[in-house]
Amino acid sequence: MEITLKINGAEKKLNVEPRTLLVHAIRDAGLTGTHIGCDSSSCGVCTVVLDGKTAVKSCTMFAVMAEGHEITTIEGMAQGGKLHPLQQAFHDQHGLQCGYCTPGMIMAAHVLLQHNPNPTEEEIRFGLSGNLCRCTGYQNIVKAVQQAAQMLQQPAGAAADD
Amino acid sequence: MIPAAFEYKRPMSLEEAISHLAEHGYDARVLAGGQSLIPAMRYRLAQPAVLVDINKLPNLGYLLEENGKLRIGALVRDTDVEFNKNIQSKYHLISDVSMVVADPIVRFRGTVVGSLCHNDPSGDWAAAAIAARAEMVIQGKNGTRVEAIDQFLVDSFATSIGEGELAVEARFPIPNERTSGAYEKIERKVGDYATAAAAVQIELNPDGTIKEAGIGITAVAHMALRVVEGENLLRGQKPSLDLIRAAAEEARKIADPNPDARGSAEYKKDMARVLVGRGLIKALRRLNVAVA
Amino acid sequence: MAVQTTNLEPKGIQGLGKAIKRKEDSRFIVGKGNYLDDIKLPGMLYMALVHSPYAHAKILNIDASEALKIPGVKAVITAKDLAAAGLSWIPTLAGDKQMVLADGKVLYQYQEVAAVYAETRQAAADGAAAVQVEYEPLPVVVDPYKATAPDAPVLREDLKGQMTGAHGPRRHDNHIWTWDVGSKDETEKALAASEVRIKQHMVYPRSHPAPLEPCGCIGDMNPATGRLTVYMTTQAPHAIRTVLSLVTKIPENNIRVISPDIGGGFGNKVPVYPGYVCAIVGSIVLGAPVKWVETRTENLTTTGFARDFHMDIEIGATKDGKVTAMKVYTLADHGAFDAAADPSKYPAGLFSICTGSYDFQKAYAQVEAVYTNKAPGGVAYRCSFRVTEASYLIERSMDVLAHELKMDPAELRLKNFIQPQQFPYPSALGWTYDSGDYEKTLKVALERIGYAELRKEQAEKRARGELMGIGISTFTEIVGAGPSKDFDILGIKMFDGAEIRVHPSGSAIVRAGTRHQGQGHETTWAQIVSEELGLDVDKIIVEEGDTDTAPYGLGTYASRSTPTAGGAMALGARRIREKAKKIAAHLLEVGENDVEWVDKKFVVKGVPGKSVTMNEVAFAAYTNLPPGMEPGLETTYYYDPPNLTFPHGAYICVVDIDKGTGEVKVRRFVAIDDCGTIINPMIVEGQVHGGLTEGFAMAFMQEIAFDEQGNHLSSNFTDYLLPTALETPKWETGHTVTPSPHHPIGAKGVGESPTVGSPAAFVNAVVDALAHLGVRHIDMPITREKVWRILRQAGVDSF
Ligand SMILES: Cc1cc2nc3c(=O)[nH]c(=O)nc-3n(C[C@H](O)[C@H](O)[C@H](O)COP(=O)(O)OP(=O)(O)OC[C@H]3O[C@@H](n4cnc5c(N)ncnc54)[C@H](O)[C@@H]3O)c2cc1C
Ligand code: FES
Ligand code: FES
Repeated sequence: MEITLKINGAEKKLNVEPRTLLVHAIRDAGLTGTHIGCDSSSCGVCTVVLDGKTAVKSCTMFAVMAEGHEITTIEGMAQGGKLHPLQQAFHDQHGLQCGYCTPGMIMAAHVLLQHNPNPTEEEIRFGLSGNLCRCTGYQNIVKAVQQAAQMLQQPAGAAADD
Repeated sequence: MIPAAFEYKRPMSLEEAISHLAEHGYDARVLAGGQSLIPAMRYRLAQPAVLVDINKLPNLGYLLEENGKLRIGALVRDTDVEFNKNIQSKYHLISDVSMVVADPIVRFRGTVVGSLCHNDPSGDWAAAAIAARAEMVIQGKNGTRVEAIDQFLVDSFATSIGEGELAVEARFPIPNERTSGAYEKIERKVGDYATAAAAVQIELNPDGTIKEAGIGITAVAHMALRVVEGENLLRGQKPSLDLIRAAAEEARKIADPNPDARGSAEYKKDMARVLVGRGLIKALRRLNVAVA
Repeated sequence: MAVQTTNLEPKGIQGLGKAIKRKEDSRFIVGKGNYLDDIKLPGMLYMALVHSPYAHAKILNIDASEALKIPGVKAVITAKDLAAAGLSWIPTLAGDKQMVLADGKVLYQYQEVAAVYAETRQAAADGAAAVQVEYEPLPVVVDPYKATAPDAPVLREDLKGQMTGAHGPRRHDNHIWTWDVGSKDETEKALAASEVRIKQHMVYPRSHPAPLEPCGCIGDMNPATGRLTVYMTTQAPHAIRTVLSLVTKIPENNIRVISPDIGGGFGNKVPVYPGYVCAIVGSIVLGAPVKWVETRTENLTTTGFARDFHMDIEIGATKDGKVTAMKVYTLADHGAFDAAADPSKYPAGLFSICTGSYDFQKAYAQVEAVYTNKAPGGVAYRCSFRVTEASYLIERSMDVLAHELKMDPAELRLKNFIQPQQFPYPSALGWTYDSGDYEKTLKVALERIGYAELRKEQAEKRARGELMGIGISTFTEIVGAGPSKDFDILGIKMFDGAEIRVHPSGSAIVRAGTRHQGQGHETTWAQIVSEELGLDVDKIIVEEGDTDTAPYGLGTYASRSTPTAGGAMALGARRIREKAKKIAAHLLEVGENDVEWVDKKFVVKGVPGKSVTMNEVAFAAYTNLPPGMEPGLETTYYYDPPNLTFPHGAYICVVDIDKGTGEVKVRRFVAIDDCGTIINPMIVEGQVHGGLTEGFAMAFMQEIAFDEQGNHLSSNFTDYLLPTALETPKWETGHTVTPSPHHPIGAKGVGESPTVGSPAAFVNAVVDALAHLGVRHIDMPITREKVWRILRQAGVDSF
């Protein structure tokens, strides 16, 4: 069936089966930053943002269900050649190694910060516990989210030093 | 993994949804948050012929207090509950549960009502609904009925929802200021179903004795159970450690778990006891009653 | 033209020891990594596999007719079709062979039975579900101890009656090999003469590396040119090219293996898997590219498991705690085919590092491998070939000994460490340790965690009935396989290559035969070259993973990249510097002997102001050469390391135990590592965090389990448990630096030390917390229930 998905602000007309998972639809549309790591909705590497404030595992939603929603993926985070503070912070704090979990982790952290702009370390660990990382041991991911939270609270332009 | 093909219906009204369900009978399944159904379909453990997606139905996302009840509409997500300030301050049991169901991302989609309809033997909401004495509102072609949670939950993965019906709401009594509760769950990691879990709710009389008690346990039997004998022991008594011990022991007695990778039957039974005990202590502490 | 990018590369000359941020991050943080599943070729088909529901069964019939009726399904192949191409069995890395698709029978649950090719992934999945297979179940062997019982069913009928295998005599049809090292007689004599002796049985359970990106492959045979391009999630692209050429008989020059970005490997992506072969065969037969990406279930049930060592140890000591001798017997469960990824001469890997950091005069170790109805593997999961098992064995056993002697485990260790002046140290089992200072590292760790105060706190708590424990592990690793005299895989020596090309403008491209999966090679290789050549890191591009362009090398696993390719990189750069020096002399108009390399510049001796930079030399290498000199500034260097390297560390863990549920909470964990010279401290710390987390997972959660029928009980992430941020402890790291004397930059390698060293620290801490209840050992994973059982048996109860 023909559906229209709004991904990162752009409307995409797609031809899918009802059973097509959202993650496959997104990836088939050329946005391969959203990954797949399991079949049991456990790993979160497929996490995308729906309507700005909710994070979803895009492997656990049919593409048809996303019609009418605004989808944001990792590719939609940098604006005008400028990285989102979370992207900058993951780099600064060595919050990634193989990079496979990173897009999902960044999207989950993005939503976490919407609901809790100034989280404690424990709250970050709690909020990211739907996303697995096999490489980093999470510690630098936590630091990255803390840095991003600070950057987002600072007036624009006063980014943390590189 | 890829689910088997199915026919997709996206009704825009409750009536339309009910007529799809009536037309396809048991070949059709309601699709709510999809957080239980879609993984099962990916493993092809579930292969429904028709899915009736209720996510676009209007007016099912309400979460409000009315006539002494907290009304949770069928499209209220776990996170709606988790992030709700009123629930955090007043509904201790529900708030506890909302933080330990599945994982933080799954909770953005999973619905409270969907979880109750799914009636997974290890589901968290069922135990809470038992302890809090919730009711379910079910709607079909012939109208609406309200059912007590004990009648609604029938067996593993089975409820009293009939062909052509769906659940539109879960209702929890509004706790007064002498009521508190707690949810105690052990899980092997975030995102795991409970190894064992206990939901408790206590209402005190002005004299400090227990007016009403609710105890639900999950993951320790074919479905969530009410610990009736434990509730009976507590009712009318003054809280004490010995009393809690005795009530908790009732949970161990009725628990009848299957051994699996999460633990032996013996372990789970003992955990039912420990967690009920802990839940009662925590609920009482929240009412400023120290027993331990 | 200014290109708008979000590139974040660090700038300037950035040599060894600098915590510069990673060059490779730029693409990953914006979702522009290029992993296998991101690759889409025109006309590409999808493949799905059919798996066995039984652990051991005869295949009576395979009927693909229903599958072939599904729109979009192009073909279904079985072992019969592969046999026609001579590909129904392939050699394993361990000298055995394995079925590609089940040939007559299946030997483990989920074994690959048929491959389905289709135009879409949906049609492929539907096709696989529609293939009908009839089985006749056979008796299974699950327990390795029962594998060689006289009446055990024969698993490998292809080997029936063959009493010699790739590694010597076989004593039973399900026996693979027996390997031993050390002197048995002398060890037994020394043990008999010891004042104190301990014996302990312990199991290192079957585990799986489970990187978040599953394995996958795209076979792309070009019928016009006969050239096969294979995109594969492989940690060892060159070795794969050679193996593919051997099994397919396609000339090696007609095979190009491309290993794109890899989403974690940890040893999982070293072997050749049936799915890869089927994707390649599919492409050859169907004339179109074929993609196969594992499901998580396929990953966990069929690709390389790790560990599964069942160990018995005996240690002798004097009454005052000096160790005298050690004897080890290990039964290794290898599953249905011996596909362990070990160097040829070492079927039990480097397990003989089991004497650890201690000065054992006598030692003997024997390992026996057997077949069972489980998936093959035995990969070096974040481990240098069975070193994890060995380290766990010795570090756990030292605590058992301390308990027996009623000695503090730190004191026992300090008493038995190999001393700094003993290096190079010849171990009783035949290794020559390069360097180490074990006492220093342990003392740093004891100080950092506040050991004495913790012991005091523990005594107070114990008096109150509260349970807390402290666990120590002071392990020694052995990595960097390895020197060509001893190390090869399928005959190919385990050296590694680096190619460095300096361009006229002073930028460079560097290529290596290794393949990173998160280790940061794009940054650390650039740092080594920046250090040696004085070039800006942001002008050095590192490329790995394309066999058409990179020099040969055996790949990235077993912490071998820094010891091998890192050495090649440094020595290659130094070779370039030799030539550059000649050019510099020419530019400076002095003799070569009058030029020296100071502060990353060529300077005329005694005339500090007179110098040229490498940038200037690079330009001259293409524009203004001394007469007669070959133009250009590049080299390829193959480094054959003279020895292995021996990183070590001291880890201390503190746990608290919940008496009601048996839950163990890790309160603190201090890890002091010594990996020799540190190239990039930020990357090293990151590797340590990750490795500790996997060690934690093994100690408490991860296990590949089976029931008595051989059914796999850990086939997805709801049953095979990986820790989330919430369970994972907070790590406190630090280091000491004892450089390797033989490595060109003194580096030893670090990616695996924490996985190797930490499990014993966790287990030791839990056992320590329960020691007063009579507990000496608990096997991993330490579940709440195991602890609960001990508590209740000892009469400890609580809400
Ligand atoms: C990784 C993971 C971990 C999880 N861990 C837990 C856990 O620890 N504890 C726990 O309790 N749950 C857990 N869950 C399940 C999760 O909470 C589900 O969201 C919930 O059980 C079902 O809610 P849903 O809205 O997603 O229902 P769906 O998946 O959409 O539906 C589930 C079933 O209920 C039926 N149904 C749904 N809504 C209605 C309705 N209104 N009327 C009639 N029938 C309906 C559907 O037809 C279907 O049969 C986990 C899920 C995942 C993916
Ligand atoms: S792919 Fe693992 S949760 Fe979506
Ligand atoms: S960086 Fe590799 S999985 Fe997180």
